[in-house]
Amino acid sequence: MSSKSSIISQIKNLNMEEKPLPEIPDFEVAANLEEAFAQSLAGNKGQVVSKDELEALIAASDFKKIYSSSPLFDAYSNCELPAHPAEFADLDLAILEGQVASAENGAIWLDESNLGIRAIPFITSHLVILIRGEAIVGNMHEAYQKIGSAHSGFGAFIAGPSKTADIEQSLVVGAHGAMSLRVVIL
Amino acid sequence: MSHPANATAFLKDQSRAKWHDETLWIVRQKRDQTIHAIPEWEKLRDLASQIKEHTLSKLDFYLEELEKNASANGIKVHWAENAEEHNEIVGRILEEKNCKAIVKSKSILTEECHLNPYLESKGIEVVDTDLGERIIQFLKQPPSHIVMPAIHLKKRDISDIFHEKLHTEKGNEDPVYLTHAARLHLRSKFLEAKVAITGVNFAVAETGEFVVCTNEGNADMGVHLADTHIACMGIEKLIPRRKDLGVFLRLLARSATGQSITNYNSHFRSPAPGKELHLILVNNGRTKQLAREKFRNSLKCIRCGACMNTCPIYRRSGGFSYGSTVPGPIGSILSPGIDLKKYSTLPFASTLCGSCSDVCPVKINIHEQLYEWRQEITKAHGTSAKGLSMQLANGIFKSPLAYKLSGKMMRAALKNLPESIIYNPLNVWGKSRNLPETPAESFKDWYKKNRK
Repeated sequence: MSSKSSIISQIKNLNMEEKPLPEIPDFEVAANLEEAFAQSLAGNKGQVVSKDELEALIAASDFKKIYSSSPLFDAYSNCELPAHPAEFADLDLAILEGQVASAENGAIWLDESNLGIRAIPFITSHLVILIRGEAIVGNMHEAYQKIGSAHSGFGAFIAGPSKTADIEQSLVVGAHGAMSLRVVIL
Repeated sequence: MSHPANATAFLKDQSRAKWHDETLWIVRQKRDQTIHAIPEWEKLRDLASQIKEHTLSKLDFYLEELEKNASANGIKVHWAENAEEHNEIVGRILEEKNCKAIVKSKSILTEECHLNPYLESKGIEVVDTDLGERIIQFLKQPPSHIVMPAIHLKKRDISDIFHEKLHTEKGNEDPVYLTHAARLHLRSKFLEAKVAITGVNFAVAETGEFVVCTNEGNADMGVHLADTHIACMGIEKLIPRRKDLGVFLRLLARSATGQSITNYNSHFRSPAPGKELHLILVNNGRTKQLAREKFRNSLKCIRCGACMNTCPIYRRSGGFSYGSTVPGPIGSILSPGIDLKKYSTLPFASTLCGSCSDVCPVKINIHEQLYEWRQEITKAHGTSAKGLSMQLANGIFKSPLAYKLSGKMMRAALKNLPESIIYNPLNVWGKSRNLPETPAESFKDWYKKNRK
């Protein structure tokens, strides 16, 4: 007997009585979604910035390699998508578009259509995500409703920069992935 | 394997034990702060509990649904009856790929299956990429906590091992400095690895996808740079619908560390073009636990660790004292199901205060199951030394006269007898416990005097 049939038959033989699957109700959300989102993001060590602030920041930085998947920031983009993601190991800044953001926790949904290659938001030293104001929803339930089940091979809720507290509970930003996350609300 | 003996060893270093206790309590307090920001918290716990109970009650159906949909997405699904088979499946894939080095993000299941030693015996280098896991891997220790694997270590311990392994400055204990040293070291491993292994936080039957949650982004760094991704999950990690993730992602990080969500929540549904994605479904005793009606709902666990952070025993005895892959209250109800003899002391490593059940995001009645396991163990092993004193107490409580007399005797005895007699080795209960001040009179006497 294969392991699959063995596992399935062991469960079947228990003749368990089916328990009901609940429906998920609507819950109250923050009155000012943009404000709540900015606050949540700050709690995750991310930061909401204006388009002008971001441009000033790029101008003042010494970022050598910048990739933007957004036409809005085309002018800054100075590299193409590589054949292998490892070639982006020295990427200083990635500017990507997010689809949906949740105000209760600062999480932003991106999928393959936003990424080009899956590794970008993780391998880049610094990450910027652009999100339209009307794409900010109250909570995770609304976010999943908005995303639906449309097929994407990969998608992620990104809520901040890479961080860890594994050394005596001291919070350190920039563990393996992006060392910063800035979000521009359009 | 005896919890009391191991706990005694942990408590030898009093100052470290105190620090461990306080550190975990801070994590518990952070959890309290974030959940109070959500008015519907209790409703979410109810929903999560019901969703998990429903899934478990139709687990065969949902597993087949998951396999069907994941296969249609191009994921290669494997089934493993036990740890050995799981390890062999991983080993076979690595052999096929002619792969001699892998990166792995945190997976308690692979700990449970002892995957690392298995692969190392085949000459494969395994690099755990979660910072806490890398630290304990350097020290050749298992994780002492399922969410914070290196919670038992001080900065100095980590600075010392990094100096030895990564040649960091001797005596530099700055967490930022040490984390960045690990970042550089692990980056080279990420860029070289051809195969990456991850655990699974949730698998969704409806869409045939699975979700991996991290704060460090190490799971993503591994899998997106590698050509092959192997994900390993226990069969209980399943939920029916994508929208159910909304409930669980709101609960998981808040319960675990007091964050509103983990910073990276990655949904894997199909392999990237030209790459391979494997999903291994592991039983390893889970169907046995499912068959035990009293303990069935321990399988609702989403491995958040909240019960450990709040547990007065875990905080004061450390994760290693349990001697099981999953320590703490949840470990104490899961492990006896795996090996009743080996883990017979774990259900007694509890005050039955119920704090674990209070914080559990999926409402597992942990303290009741601890009590139930005690009954099972007593049936199997007979009474313990503690049991004898309990029988004596039972006799005293049965007779009002005996109770009255013994109360009088004890009040006199406790005042006058030397400590050495009260805390003798025969009195297991007296270990590490002080008696309260004895009252001058019993409530009964006071009531007689003061009754108007």
